[in-house]
Amino acid sequence: MTKTNDPYGGGKYLSQGPDDRRALLEAIGVDSIDDLFASIPASSRFSGQLPVEPALAEVELARHLRELADSNGPAQGVLSFLGAGCYPHYVPAHVDALIQRQEFLTSYTPYQAEISQGTLQYIFEFQSLICFLTGIDVCNASMYDGGSAVAEAILMARRLRRQGGKVLWSEGLHPIYREVAATYATYRDLTFEIMPLGEDGRTIVPPIDDDVVAVVVQQPNFFGIVEDLKAAGADLENHPAQYVVVTSESLSWGLTVPAGDVGADLVVGELQSFGNGLNYGGPLVGFMACRQSSVRNLPGRLAGQTVDENGERGFVLTLSTREQHIRRAKATSNICTNTALCALATCIHLCSLGRNGVRDLAKTNLAKATYARQQIASEANLEVVYTGPHFNEFAIQLPGDAVEIVDRCSEAGVVPGVPLGWFDTERSRQLLVCVTEIHRRAEIDRLVTTLAEVCR
Amino acid sequence: MSANDQSGGGAARQGQLKREGLIFEHGAPGRVGYSLPKLDVPEIDPVESWGADQVRDDIAGFPEVSEVEVVRHFTRISQHNFGVDTGMFPLGSCTMKYNPRVNESVARLPGFAAAHPYMPYSMMQGSLELMERLEQALAGVTGMDRVTLQPAAGAQGELTGIMLIAAYHAHRGEQRTKVLIPDSAHGTNPATASFCGLEPVEIPSNSRGTIDIEALAAEADENTAALMLTNPNTIGLFEDQMDEIARIIHDVGGQIYCDGANLNAILGKTRPGDIGIDVFHINLHKTFTTPHGGGGPGGGPVAVREHLAPFLPWPTVERDDSGMLCLDWQRPQSIGKIHTFQGNFAILVRAYAYIRALGPEGLRQVAEDAVLNANYLRVKLEGHYHLPYQQISLHEVIFSDRKQKKNGVTAMDICKRLMDYGYHPPTVYFPLVVPGALMLEPTETVSREELDVFIDAMIAIAGEAETDPDVVKGAPHSTFLRRLDEVGAARRPVLRWDPQAADTDGD
Repeated sequence: MTKTNDPYGGGKYLSQGPDDRRALLEAIGVDSIDDLFASIPASSRFSGQLPVEPALAEVELARHLRELADSNGPAQGVLSFLGAGCYPHYVPAHVDALIQRQEFLTSYTPYQAEISQGTLQYIFEFQSLICFLTGIDVCNASMYDGGSAVAEAILMARRLRRQGGKVLWSEGLHPIYREVAATYATYRDLTFEIMPLGEDGRTIVPPIDDDVVAVVVQQPNFFGIVEDLKAAGADLENHPAQYVVVTSESLSWGLTVPAGDVGADLVVGELQSFGNGLNYGGPLVGFMACRQSSVRNLPGRLAGQTVDENGERGFVLTLSTREQHIRRAKATSNICTNTALCALATCIHLCSLGRNGVRDLAKTNLAKATYARQQIASEANLEVVYTGPHFNEFAIQLPGDAVEIVDRCSEAGVVPGVPLGWFDTERSRQLLVCVTEIHRRAEIDRLVTTLAEVCR
Repeated sequence: MSANDQSGGGAARQGQLKREGLIFEHGAPGRVGYSLPKLDVPEIDPVESWGADQVRDDIAGFPEVSEVEVVRHFTRISQHNFGVDTGMFPLGSCTMKYNPRVNESVARLPGFAAAHPYMPYSMMQGSLELMERLEQALAGVTGMDRVTLQPAAGAQGELTGIMLIAAYHAHRGEQRTKVLIPDSAHGTNPATASFCGLEPVEIPSNSRGTIDIEALAAEADENTAALMLTNPNTIGLFEDQMDEIARIIHDVGGQIYCDGANLNAILGKTRPGDIGIDVFHINLHKTFTTPHGGGGPGGGPVAVREHLAPFLPWPTVERDDSGMLCLDWQRPQSIGKIHTFQGNFAILVRAYAYIRALGPEGLRQVAEDAVLNANYLRVKLEGHYHLPYQQISLHEVIFSDRKQKKNGVTAMDICKRLMDYGYHPPTVYFPLVVPGALMLEPTETVSREELDVFIDAMIAIAGEAETDPDVVKGAPHSTFLRRLDEVGAARRPVLRWDPQAADTDGD
């Protein structure tokens, strides 16, 4: 029998057979494959077998991964009301089908424009859609996630301001976004000051002194409250500090006033809600949008319109002098790979929702979450923490430790929300509940009943 | 094929495809591309609930299109792209290898895909076990002790890696100011160093294309925080004086960071952890076949030796006293949080599936075939293109346009002409140490016949550069669009659709 590549594992991913290898060695003029690795000196050579488990055939691999996946709660029909920066929305089938086309899935960063018009065109469309949604001038081609987008926005604000070093950020800014930004700012001369929330849950903006480089407010905020962006940014109109508006639940934009229309200088955050699943928290779709006047300080890739030699419209990556592969140590950021395919999913979903659908879907979320909030208050007798207007998420006060209550509800197959004590020990009895279009009334009622029983 | 045949001989027949307008040029009022569940709870009027001044109008500028129009639009524009399944993608340093389809299907299993990042650990033992197993596998492949899976891409992995080193020095009460970086490095390296407030210092390469050891020794001192190395380097050569390099850096108390972009070449052949490297980042979208997706999402795990483990980003995957897997948020020496959640989990699933399909022998065969293919290109194209470094290379080989330049044909022209022959171009003008560089990385997933046809195309283009340079300079000829005006795009940036400007254009 002839020797073959390993049919019991990943041999099928290799395109050379044993005869090909011999022919190639001969053409190269060496005796054995080891001759090609002779540049690795003996002292650097690894001669054993890698400590990796043995190869699996595809049927075995698929079974192994299905077993791992099936042992997770979501495979067993757990009812979940978790949000807090990663939102459970329905992803239409055509979105996932289109992003699996190999021309999108397996292509490279579109540096070679003539052979990458598909990617460049959807990036241009994505940038345009986000500009329409946010009311701001320019959006980049995506970032890793909301956390790094906030971090980059603060660093950009610092570059634009050129002096001062204080960042005012709202207590309603996602606490993990604050953590990521603090990590990114480790080697910058920046200080961070919290702006507290009022009883209504809206940010109280203090007088803004000369040292401030950025004022950061999230819409809707971490506790689901719709901020009054115009009022929050009123003092910034004549101040050189950047007004940074963040979102983690971009679906809310179907209803809320566009941040760019009420004074925002930078609009950044997360677009996972459009077209992307939960995936245990990644990949996500960070983005960053700014005013035209600041574009040369914007990190990340940008697609721009141009023409080819025949005058036909086409698209290219542009303003690359901001980026690491050109500017190296002087780049605006070290970002290179972003989350293009996830941005494509967002783009397709937004196009499908169109002029009216983002609002209609947002209204559905508002109605479901309002029903849940009212039922929890009236039927489970649990108090809502803030009195202000909510979108699809809200914080409730529990009679005991939220982690314990979540555990007990989970035993009944309901994950009722995110315990806020994880982020702030003073909130150990608070729970953040998210309700979207995927939840039916009967499921919301089950949440209310379960909470009522456990909290009794 | 005749030298004058402008269409090339390959599979790039994009010129046959129809033009496709922007999505904003499609549709009509009243069309919808979505469906909503009937409301089973009372409707809420946002104006009543929030106040009129808090509620927007509909989104002017958005399209109104049916699902059919959306599907056709994106299908059509996809056909203006080139993917790994379209054909050979010899893009040096990017490792454009086949992306197995089973990885796509397992990443979409509902137990993985529908899991929220804040699900209780007791419900997420399957995903946490996958992360634990992937960490162990990556530690095994790299010879390191611990791995964070959190960074979302290579550049974020680099940032994490340099921050770990900075935290390590700070913990020891040392203020070190500079990072040594070879001149052949990726642009992300100096960008990362300056991001962390460290001064990047360039170390020249010697005539063999590897680090100039004397220059390194002269620059290394008590202010050196780290050496940022790429090994094999971007010229496709192994830094064969690794023992000496490690001694020089460690003797002055510095740390060695290694960019893992080229891990594919050394799988099972050498391990970073065994040769003095302290921090190593891994591009899952290169070596471990997760799709590039047109520029992301990627995955950039960082592997470290034990002394750097306390500084890893939180949370790490750990087992509690009962053996249950959980995420450890309490890491007092950690550099902090890098990703909003646990990293690009769906990418981790794909990488894990690939490693399990290959096993230890398969992974080593990957490296051997990748190196074999690159060297075959080297010997077959030497003589047609200038080869700045003559020795046996690892996974990639660098030529330059020096021979063609005398006829006015540049590396970029050769790239564009390759499109006519049905190939994605190689990486050009990188590394910077080779003027007019053409960097070829065939990977192990290309067959002998494919290599031969590609070699014929490269030789034909070298011939055209002699006999008919204009056909090369005017390339591409067969793509959907001809060469695009990048200078004009940067001079007058149009970065979004503007319906008013479009109306004016039409008049």
